[in-house]
Amino acid sequence: MHLKNSKMRFTLMLVLAAALLLAGCGGGGGNEGTTEDQGEDKLNVAFMYVGPAGDAGWTYAHDQARQYLDTELDYVVAEDYVENVAEGAEAATVLTQLAEKGNDVIFSTSFGFMDYTIDVAKKYPNKTFLHCSGYKTAANVGTYFGRMYQARYLTGLVAGKATETDLIGYVAAFPIPEVIRGINGFTLGVKEANPDAEVKVIWTNTWYDPSKEKDAAKALLDSGADVIAQHQDTPGPQQAAQEAGAYSVGYNTDMSKFAPEAVLTSAVWDWRPYYADTVEAVENGTWEPNQYWGSLADGIVDIAPFGPMVGDETKELVKQWRDKIESGEWDVFYGPLKDQSGKIKVEEGQQMTDDEILNMNWFVEGVNGKLESSE
Amino acid sequence: MSVDILIAILATAITAGTPLLYAALGEILAERAGILNLGVEGMMLVGAVSGFIAAHYTSSPWAGVIAAMLAGGAMASIHALLTVTLRANQIVSGLSLTIFGTGLSGYLGKPIVGTPLETSFKAFEMPIMSSIPFIGPIMFKQDALVYLSYIIIPLMWYFLYRTKTGLNLRAVGENPAAADSLGINVFRVKYVYVIIGGMLAGIGGAYLSLMYVPTWMENITAGRGWIAVALVIFATWNPAQAILGAYIFGGIDALGFRLQAMDIMIPTYFLKMLPYIFTIIVLILVTGKNAAKHIGAPQSLGLPYDREER
Repeated sequence: MHLKNSKMRFTLMLVLAAALLLAGCGGGGGNEGTTEDQGEDKLNVAFMYVGPAGDAGWTYAHDQARQYLDTELDYVVAEDYVENVAEGAEAATVLTQLAEKGNDVIFSTSFGFMDYTIDVAKKYPNKTFLHCSGYKTAANVGTYFGRMYQARYLTGLVAGKATETDLIGYVAAFPIPEVIRGINGFTLGVKEANPDAEVKVIWTNTWYDPSKEKDAAKALLDSGADVIAQHQDTPGPQQAAQEAGAYSVGYNTDMSKFAPEAVLTSAVWDWRPYYADTVEAVENGTWEPNQYWGSLADGIVDIAPFGPMVGDETKELVKQWRDKIESGEWDVFYGPLKDQSGKIKVEEGQQMTDDEILNMNWFVEGVNGKLESSE
Repeated sequence: MSVDILIAILATAITAGTPLLYAALGEILAERAGILNLGVEGMMLVGAVSGFIAAHYTSSPWAGVIAAMLAGGAMASIHALLTVTLRANQIVSGLSLTIFGTGLSGYLGKPIVGTPLETSFKAFEMPIMSSIPFIGPIMFKQDALVYLSYIIIPLMWYFLYRTKTGLNLRAVGENPAAADSLGINVFRVKYVYVIIGGMLAGIGGAYLSLMYVPTWMENITAGRGWIAVALVIFATWNPAQAILGAYIFGGIDALGFRLQAMDIMIPTYFLKMLPYIFTIIVLILVTGKNAAKHIGAPQSLGLPYDREER
């Protein structure tokens, strides 16, 4: 009797535990829709995200574009997405699932998904895969990214004009080329607008920890910075700036809603034009695998509308440089460029190649920070 | 290092330590009753999102705190049902609770993600106290939830070590069979403190969404629930020591960032390891003394209690 009772209890416990686990897993994804039902004539587009669509940053920007595809293009169904996919073997499973469910175009939106995207794509030669920020392509795999450093440069101009202490804080995630490139682009903008200013960098070694990133911004504010820029997936630094009565420059999406009194502008991603063009090319059969690196002129990177504190003089300055960049007459990493020690890295009249820009691992003059922290 | 910077670091240590502190206090109560609850992260997340939703719609941060307590308590009662009544494995149930809480909070928070909170808790100066040199600007220019934690700590210490009810709680955690034979309702005690523990974890989570950040973002706790679990061991199940541990653990990041700002580079990975290294060191120190002075883990921690198996 006693044994039977405890067996029953054990079974019940297992069932409950399993139910809890299942409920937990189910809550994270929004991919319950069965795309097969939505008709063979429509183009089914799916997304795989590294973070939650609600991160108010990187993944949020991608998800905004997904919703745009779904609602604005009548031949597209883009209801399928999976959030919080770890950059590991799980990515291959999710990609396979998305392909098996009948999706025709799959976007995988984080660097760490690269090899899994290539592997899974081999098994589905009739489907199109697009991988964000990577460098490997295949017959049915293309890559895409944007020249965020151009938007960063413009926000640097704004920050340089806004600072009174001539010290701008920059809360940065990891010392990798993407982040370093952004800091350099930003700093060159700051120096153009205000040669006396410098940019102080603090590494958080997190992409997503709102309160920690806020703390890092506080440390910068305490050491005299009066404008805070950032390369993170959350608006924590913006909120720190607002609380301290300082200014800030957002990233990923327009962050003015988090800190309306602080945000001068934000360097933003707008994936809509690229996604719409790509999906259309696939639909028309004109798509070819390539490495897309869109620019300010393409609209994939941009700056968000200015806050009310930004004056006309600054706006004019930004417009002037935007025109130069958009026309192709000039770009951010044109010489002369000096490194932190003041040594010339790029001679006057020369310019860095895309390859050099993509692998950038040194700071330009004007950055006050070190790259060693990761080692 | 100037005094001002030191004050800034210590004040930030308190703010950063407070969510850890609430969660750890809750876990201390549950573990004192013999129930290990690894669902702290999940309870904090559900508390954070419920608190934010309530504060957002009522424009009252205190309504948020109450909602967070109720939500954390509700989460904990699932754990209590599974582990106390059904005598399920506490580790499995706690881990499920974290996974469940992560998913549930993300789902509940969908519509309000990134909405800034108009009426968050704000720091204010305690009259008189804040003018004490050095201590004042560190301890008494904080927000209401920090001040509340200053009150809760001594009360909880007194309760655990100086009252009969507190003694009963400790007895249940040490030896439930003996406590039972003395007429203590072991099951009720376990339920009550697991649930109160969940409520405190809920406040810990809500501190992030109502004061620290203050907005709701998915996974806003970013692993703080796990640090709180380590903190309980660091504190050797003593609320007075938890306060020290919470501020050390919270202050590590603040210190690291300030050192970076002064161009002193300490690898961030090393700083991230510190809470766990401290915990291991304390564990080693405590294990030696444990037999003699009997501090440390409650004896029946993690074991299901079955009256018939006495």
